[in-house]
Amino acid sequence: MAISGVLRPGYVQVRVLDMKAALEHYRDRIGLDVVTTSNDGRVFLKAYDEFDHHSVVLREADEPGMDVMGFKVADEGELDNLHEKLLNAGLSVEEIQPGDTPALGRRLSFIAPTGHRFELYATMEANPTGPMVQNPELWHAEPRGMRATRFDHCLLYGDEIDATKQLFIDVLGFATTEQVVAPDGTVIATFLSCGMKAHDIALVRHDDKGKLHHISFHLESWNDIGHAADIMSRYNMSVDIGPTRHGITRGQTIYFFDPSGNRNEVFAGGYTFYPDNPVRTWSTDEVGKAIFYYERALNDRFMTVVT
Amino acid sequence: MTSAHTVEIEDCGTRFHCPESEGVLQAMERQGRRAIPVGCRNGGCGLCLVRVTQGDFKAGPMSRRHVPPGRCAEGLALACRVYPQSDLKVRLATDMDRQSSQQECPKGQDGR
Repeated sequence: MAISGVLRPGYVQVRVLDMKAALEHYRDRIGLDVVTTSNDGRVFLKAYDEFDHHSVVLREADEPGMDVMGFKVADEGELDNLHEKLLNAGLSVEEIQPGDTPALGRRLSFIAPTGHRFELYATMEANPTGPMVQNPELWHAEPRGMRATRFDHCLLYGDEIDATKQLFIDVLGFATTEQVVAPDGTVIATFLSCGMKAHDIALVRHDDKGKLHHISFHLESWNDIGHAADIMSRYNMSVDIGPTRHGITRGQTIYFFDPSGNRNEVFAGGYTFYPDNPVRTWSTDEVGKAIFYYERALNDRFMTVVT
Repeated sequence: MTSAHTVEIEDCGTRFHCPESEGVLQAMERQGRRAIPVGCRNGGCGLCLVRVTQGDFKAGPMSRRHVPPGRCAEGLALACRVYPQSDLKVRLATDMDRQSSQQECPKGQDGR
């Protein structure tokens, strides 16, 4: 099956307490490039291997967390189809015309049952510093810092994860790749893909609505995960756990925190998902291995520390 | 190196030195002490909420969800963002401290 409908995670807007510290983190350490600053003070960034104008938006605020996660859709007609489907599913959808955000076309904005705001869009201007397309070199200039190649996915915490999961499956066309299920059948965590990655978004059950567990950046290799760990120690960055591997997705990982306490991840590997693959299920008595395959136990922070 | 002050955690009697330029939580961890719960270490998650009961400190940026405006002056603060200016006495936040913060910042609000 060719990928159609929702293509991939496109952008995430994150609230930060101090823009100067945030830029040092996302630009100099993770290695994103600053694209522009908008009139309202938001800073737009992208990874070196991304074609579109931006993928990460930083907004200074007095509380950290995620404002919105945007997904790119195949074309404007598909956006209209999804608009109708969202309305039929009973969601309140705001159609926002271009103008308030650099390079972004019209978008659909809605709040999922878990309290998270999501947006869908089909059009974003290409960034002239995106990857070359004619006799393409690896990059224009060698990547900085952790050498993130792209914004990869988010793990979000919220209360109504069953309803948000159904929304992503029934309306937006995602598939469940993996899940953690309690003995009574309650889904504790669900991993969803709109393409061939092991996950594009994940949801974990939590008391509060609208929480961010982490935003993840893709690195090229396990070697680059080690290089990222070197940078974290060199600059005394706040590390949560890693380098390690997830049982779920099999991705190699480090969890760490930005200077406002938002958790970030650098992620490499992970299996390829095909739409005919069965769902992989972990029971809660093996959840340690599911999340941290080498430690085989959750750390205290995994379930409690969110923004 | 700037002058170090002594921080005492009242709940368990743990004492350690903390330079004026270092967060109380970071100084605790660096010296291998375990008295205050460690979360993000960067003012966001609220896990290390404490009340400073004695002494002067400067505070770095903290999420208003965990330390609402004005509450820092009463000594409520995240230990990762507390920079001592004198010897300090600190106690862990009680449920009541956390409840009162949360009432001022209701859960589940849309961030935009």
